[in-house]
Amino acid sequence: MDNTLSSALEIIVRTDSGMVRGHNEDAVFANPNLGLAILADGMGGYNAGEVASGMATMMLSAELETAFSARMPHEIDRVTGQLFAHRCILDKVALTNLAIFSAAESQPQYAGMGTTLVTAVFYDNQVTVAHIGDSRLYRLRGEEFSVVTRDHSLLQEQIDSGMISVEEARFSQNKNLVTRALGVDHDVETEIHDYPVQPGDIYLLCSDGLNDMVEDEEIRLTLQMLTANLELAATQLIQMANDNGGRDNVSVIVIKVLREFPAARGWWSKCMAWYR
Amino acid sequence: MAKLILSMDGLVLKEILLTKERMSIGRKASNDIQIDNLAISGEHAAVVTILNDSFLEDLNSTNGTLVNGQPAKKHFLKSGDVVELGKYKLKYVTEQAPQAEAADFEKTMVLRPNTLRPPAVAAETPTADARKALDDAQAGRSTPPSGVPAAAPVAAMGAIQILNGASAGRELDLTKTLTSLGKPGVQVAVIAKRPHGYFITHVEGAQFPVLNGRVIDVQAQPLNDHDVIEIAGIKMEFFLKS
Repeated sequence: MDNTLSSALEIIVRTDSGMVRGHNEDAVFANPNLGLAILADGMGGYNAGEVASGMATMMLSAELETAFSARMPHEIDRVTGQLFAHRCILDKVALTNLAIFSAAESQPQYAGMGTTLVTAVFYDNQVTVAHIGDSRLYRLRGEEFSVVTRDHSLLQEQIDSGMISVEEARFSQNKNLVTRALGVDHDVETEIHDYPVQPGDIYLLCSDGLNDMVEDEEIRLTLQMLTANLELAATQLIQMANDNGGRDNVSVIVIKVLREFPAARGWWSKCMAWYR
Repeated sequence: MAKLILSMDGLVLKEILLTKERMSIGRKASNDIQIDNLAISGEHAAVVTILNDSFLEDLNSTNGTLVNGQPAKKHFLKSGDVVELGKYKLKYVTEQAPQAEAADFEKTMVLRPNTLRPPAVAAETPTADARKALDDAQAGRSTPPSGVPAAAPVAAMGAIQILNGASAGRELDLTKTLTSLGKPGVQVAVIAKRPHGYFITHVEGAQFPVLNGRVIDVQAQPLNDHDVIEIAGIKMEFFLKS
């Protein structure tokens, strides 16, 4: 049996500049062989937003690709006692953060640039999700559709503190204020969690250009109805955002779990891991 | 910038710009907005503004506060809301800015931690960054709410009527954004409702839908009144309801 991740995961990537913006400050990346998906929504004047999000996806993907081809993400890290995936993602995100921050500090045209980030790494029947800012990861499992990530935004803080209800939040004028971003400070606080994965699950990574323009219920309906044709689902999501005004760049990464993908735990891979 | 228009018996008394993060309303002179009337409590209510959003809070006043005729303790203000204290009315209005500015405003910005605190905590002197964010935000304050997108409605509602098989004659209104047709695992197509009309797209199956006798390809096809569609052996007619 073909046991690679790419045969267990179907991944579709789409990005669009929308109906209003002249250029696209979103950046997307996916590698089905490593079960890796990265989405970044850049911000900053002129084209600095594109630079920040582009740096985030390119650098993080390259670093994670190298790291995960040397060690398996499900291995236990001997230093921290946690999954290698965790330490690796946190380290590489910090590294990427520093690179963007240094570029912003040293080049006047990039001053103040930054980006949101949401990344998903699939391995050993689970997914590790790391995010910063208001780009989201949704999961559709059967009938249940939920937001897995919690936005790092002023609005989410207001909702959490009970100042404003979820219904009222749709009318808020403060949608575009994130409380965390990559590349705006020397240090970055990354939120990271693991979730078990089931065959049939559909995961959606998106920039706020989608969830600000299209209601969650419509997103759910689209994913559910077009499960059989993921490409069409991704195209339809972007089309809906644009039909509703498309005021922002809109990006989606849709991932369908076709079957289980347990990590190889034979004596041979254990030996190999030991000698690496 | 948002403002409150104070009126009584339909007579406008004054306009108050919401310049401060917290504006208190009451009978006493210490209030930001003083209304010297016995029906108004000394400290009656407050409007708290956080960047572009304003909240009204009743400060346990004796006679209460109404928003759009309903008693309110705490209310998230939307443009056009009318706040009533006794005989006085305060209309909350956010101004409309040119669309270009509005588009610019929607760009995501980072709000550094500790540049903005919940109003309960005394507001600290904002840093340069926060002030800039605040200015930027206020410059474009009047963007229409982007939450409930107002797509131009499709002129006429579309529907399909099944022409053959067991359920011949059945009608189905196409009210949802997406309506799927066919048999899952065999052949499925969807009809998407878009601002400028209805479109049919093939979803799954080896067979593609037939539109007016011609097999369509993977591209979405616009539907016209009285088009005949065939999916998984079922013929149906698309029509527009007036």
